[in-house]
Amino acid sequence: MLGFVLQRLLQALVVMLAISALVFAGVYGIGNPIDVLISPDATQAIRLATIAAYGLDQPLHIQYRDFLLRLLAGDFGRSFVFNMPVLDLILSRLPATLELTLVAVLGATAIGVPLGMYAGYRPDSIAARLVMALSVIGFSVPTFWIGLVLILTFAVSLGWLPAGGRGETAMLFGTAWSFLTLDGWSHLLLPAVNLSLFKFAMMVRLARAGTREAMLSDTVKFARAAGESDAVILRRHVLRLIAIPIVTVFGLEFGSTLAFAVVTETIFSWPGVGKLIIDSISSLDRPVMVAYLMLVAFLFICINFTVDIAYAALDPRLRVKGAA
Amino acid sequence: MNATSPVGRFWREFCENRVALAALVVVAATILLAILAPFVVPQNPYDLASLALIDARRPPGYVGRSGFVHWLGTDAQGRDLLSAILYGLRISLQVGLAAGALAFAIGATLGAVAAFVGGRVETALMRFVDLQLSFPAILLALVLVAVLGPGRGQLIAALVAAQYAYFARTAHGAAAAERAKDYVSAALSTPIPAWQVVFRHILPNCLPPLIVVATLQVANSIALEATLSFLGLGLPVTEPSLGMLIANGFQYMLSGRYWISIYPGVALILLIVAINLVGDQVRDQLNPRLKR
Amino acid sequence: MNALLAVENLATHFATRNGLVKAVDGVSFHLDAGEIVGLVGESGSGKTVTGFSLLGLVDAPGRIVGGSIKLEGRELVGLPQAELRKLRGRRVAMVFQDPSATLNPVLTIETQMRLALEAHERVGAAAARDRSADLLTRVGIPDARRRLETYPHQLSGGMRQRVAIAIALLNRPSLIVCDEPTTALDVSIQAQILAQMKALAADFGTALIWISHDLATVSALASRILVMYAGRIVEEGPTGEVLRKPAHPYTQGLLDSLPSIAAPGEDLRQIPGSTPSLANLPEGCAFAPRCAFADAACKSAPATRRTATRAVRCHHPLGEVAWPL
Repeated sequence: MLGFVLQRLLQALVVMLAISALVFAGVYGIGNPIDVLISPDATQAIRLATIAAYGLDQPLHIQYRDFLLRLLAGDFGRSFVFNMPVLDLILSRLPATLELTLVAVLGATAIGVPLGMYAGYRPDSIAARLVMALSVIGFSVPTFWIGLVLILTFAVSLGWLPAGGRGETAMLFGTAWSFLTLDGWSHLLLPAVNLSLFKFAMMVRLARAGTREAMLSDTVKFARAAGESDAVILRRHVLRLIAIPIVTVFGLEFGSTLAFAVVTETIFSWPGVGKLIIDSISSLDRPVMVAYLMLVAFLFICINFTVDIAYAALDPRLRVKGAA
Repeated sequence: MNATSPVGRFWREFCENRVALAALVVVAATILLAILAPFVVPQNPYDLASLALIDARRPPGYVGRSGFVHWLGTDAQGRDLLSAILYGLRISLQVGLAAGALAFAIGATLGAVAAFVGGRVETALMRFVDLQLSFPAILLALVLVAVLGPGRGQLIAALVAAQYAYFARTAHGAAAAERAKDYVSAALSTPIPAWQVVFRHILPNCLPPLIVVATLQVANSIALEATLSFLGLGLPVTEPSLGMLIANGFQYMLSGRYWISIYPGVALILLIVAINLVGDQVRDQLNPRLKR
Repeated sequence: MNALLAVENLATHFATRNGLVKAVDGVSFHLDAGEIVGLVGESGSGKTVTGFSLLGLVDAPGRIVGGSIKLEGRELVGLPQAELRKLRGRRVAMVFQDPSATLNPVLTIETQMRLALEAHERVGAAAARDRSADLLTRVGIPDARRRLETYPHQLSGGMRQRVAIAIALLNRPSLIVCDEPTTALDVSIQAQILAQMKALAADFGTALIWISHDLATVSALASRILVMYAGRIVEEGPTGEVLRKPAHPYTQGLLDSLPSIAAPGEDLRQIPGSTPSLANLPEGCAFAPRCAFADAACKSAPATRRTATRAVRCHHPLGEVAWPL
C-alpha cells in the first residue's frame, strides 16, 4: 500500500511539473506582460527597471526556474489588479466556490443516482422517460442558458429567490459560509441547481446504464432466484455494483464542476474563484491566472488520488492480496 | 425482413425512433435556414444603415419603421431579432462544424497513429491525452482564448485544442482493437505502405464510434462557443453569434424585456438538443450490447 | 397424482425484432419429491428458458404464453410476481452455470447469504452466520466461518460454485434447478461436486432438475432423462433405458457423439447440421432436416407417444419398443 501511495505521489509530482511548465509557457511565454504592468506613457528607464525587477530580461528557462522556486516558497506573486498576494486573494474566494460546488455535486448525486437507477430498472415506464428527457436537457443545454432561465423564472417573474450574491454568511473555521444561514441557502439554491444540472444528467445516465446492465447480469438473476425482492436487489446488489463508476465520475466531475463554476458564478454574481478568473482573464492579471490554473491542477491530482483510494475500498478485487 | 444494404437497415432502424427522426428534421432545417439566411431574412442585421434606434427593444409582433413585422421583436440596436438569430446560427454552425471537423481530423489521426506505432510513442501520446481529458475543456478553451486573443480563427483553435482529445481517445481505443486483428497483419505483410494501412484499413473501421463522438462534439463546440461568447471571450462584436446575442440581451432581462435573450437561446437549445438526440440514437444503434 | 412438480404444455415465447422465438413450446413433464431428473439438449434447445420459467424469471421480451406449472399442487403460471418471489429460494431455487458471474463480486459471502435468508424470514446477524456457516460446511467448504468474511474472488471456481449451491439450499427448497453448474469447472472438481450434489439432494430430500448438454454428466446423476430439441421434449425415460435404447434419432445422435461410446481410434460421429433458429422452425418435425430417417411423414409434427415409463416425439422411433400411436 505504501509503495502504491509513493508511486502515485511521484506521478503527481511529475504531472504538476509538466502542468506548471505548460501554464508558464502559455501565460508568461506568449504575449508581453510588461504592457500590462506599466502605463504606456512610462519612460524608457522605468520600463527597463520594471523589466529587470520582474526578471523579464532573463532567458525563458531562467524565468521558469525562478518561477518554480517562488512557487515552492508559496509565493504565487502579486495580483496586478488587486495588488495583493495572489494566494491570499484566491484563498479568500475559494470557500464560496467550494461551498457552491459541493452542494451542487452532492445534490446531483443524491437525486440523480436513485432516479437513474429507477430509469434503468424500468426503462420503459413513463417516469423513466421523463427522467431521461430531463437528463437530455441537463446534458445538452449550456449551463449559462439554464442560469438565465432560472433567474428569469424564480428571481424575475416569481420573485421567490434572489438573483445573485452570497447573502448572509456565518463563520466556521474562520471562514464565512452561506450554507449556515437560511438567507445564505436562498442565495445558494439557484446557482447550485444551475451548476448541478449537468452533473445530475451525468449521474442519471451513469446510474441508468449501470443498472440496466446489472439487472441483466447473472448476479441479479441469482439473487432473484434466491427470492430477494427487487427493492433489496437494487439497494444492496446493484447500488454496490454501480458504485465504482459513480464514485469515479463523482470525483472527476467535482474537479470539472469547480471549473464550470466559472459560468455559474458569473451569471449569479457569486464571489468565488470562478468569477475571479474571468475578471483576471479580461484584465490580463497573469499571476492570478497562473495561480488559479495551478490550483485547479493540484485539486485534480488530489481528487484522482482520492478516487484511486476509494476504488480499493469499493472493489475488494483491487485490494492488495496480503491485506485481505 | 428482407436483406438490404447496412445503410438502409440503419436508416430504417433510425426512423423507428420518432423523437430522433424529429430531431434530425430540426437539425436539417436549421442547417438549411442558416445557409439560406441571406435570402430569407427580412433585414440584413449587419447593415447598420437600415437600423433605427426608434425600433430598439420592441416586443415580438412590433411593426417597425421599415414596414415589416418583427416576429421576435428587436434588440438594443433596433435589429430584427429573427434576422439576427438566423445570422447568428450561421456563425455558430460554422464555428461548431469547423472546430468539430478539425478536432476529428487531428484527434482521429493522432489516436490511430498512436495505436499503430505502439510502444513509448503510444504511451506518451495517450498519457498526454488522458491528462488533458481529465482537465475541463471549458477551462482550457477559456485560457487559450484569453492568451490567443479574440478572432474566429483563434476561437476555433481553442475549441479544437479543447476537443481533439475525445477523438484521439476514441480512435485509439478502436484502432488498438483493429490493430490486433488478422487483416491488419495481412495488409502489413504486403508492400502497401504503413500509412496507407492506417488510413485505408484501420481508420475506416474505427468510424462508427468516431461518428458518435463527432455528433456530440459538434453540439459541444456550439455550446462551448456560445458559453465563451456569453462570457465575452468568444468572437469579436462584429460577428454576433447566438451566445453573444444572448449576452447582449441579458442586461435587459431583469427589466422584463425577455425576448432579446430568450429567442436566440431557444434557437441555440433547439439546435444543440436536436444534435444530441440524433447522436444518442446513432450511439444506441451502434452499440451492440444494447441490441436484443 | 401427488407429483412435486407437474408441467403441462408449457410455452414460453420471445417477441424479438426477428420474429417470435418459441424457446419453449409445449413442454410437459413431472417430477416426484427428491427425484433427480436430467434435462439434456444442445445450446439453444430451450432448456435454460424452461428452468427460468419454473422460477417465473423469464426476462422481457420473453413471456410464458401458455400451459401450467404446478409446484406442490399450486399453479405458478399467472401468479403475481410478489407471490412468485416468496416461492423462489424457499420452494424452488436455482444454481447457474458460471459461479464467478452469479456471486456478487463486491459483497462478502456472509452478506450474500444473509440477504438470501432475509428474503424469507427475519433473522439476527448471529443466527444468520450460524446457519450460513453450517451450510457451507455441509457443501464441503472447510473453515466455513472464516470463509464467510471473504469475497468471491478470493475463492476458487469450485468453492464459488459450492457457495452458490449453499445459497440455493439455504431456505431448504423442495426443488433446485441446476443450470449446467459444473460446465465451467475443472473435470476433477466436476466429479466431486456431482457426488456431493447427489448426497446433498438425498440429505435434504430436494428434487433436482439437472440441465446439461452433456449426457455423461447427467447419466451419473439422474434417474430419469428428458431430451429437449428446439423447444420441445423429444424423448423421456429412465436414464439406463434411454442411454441403452434411445428411441429418438436425435438422442441416438447425442449418444454417438460421446467420446466414451466411440471405439478407440474411430472418429466421433456428429449430428449433421446445426440447431435450427427457433424463430423460423420448419413445418412438422423440427429435427427432420438433420435426421437420417426423415421421410414424407415427417412433414407433419409428430405427437408424443408414451409407454408406462417412456415417451418419444417421433414418427419413426428407433428400437423394438412397441410405441402406442
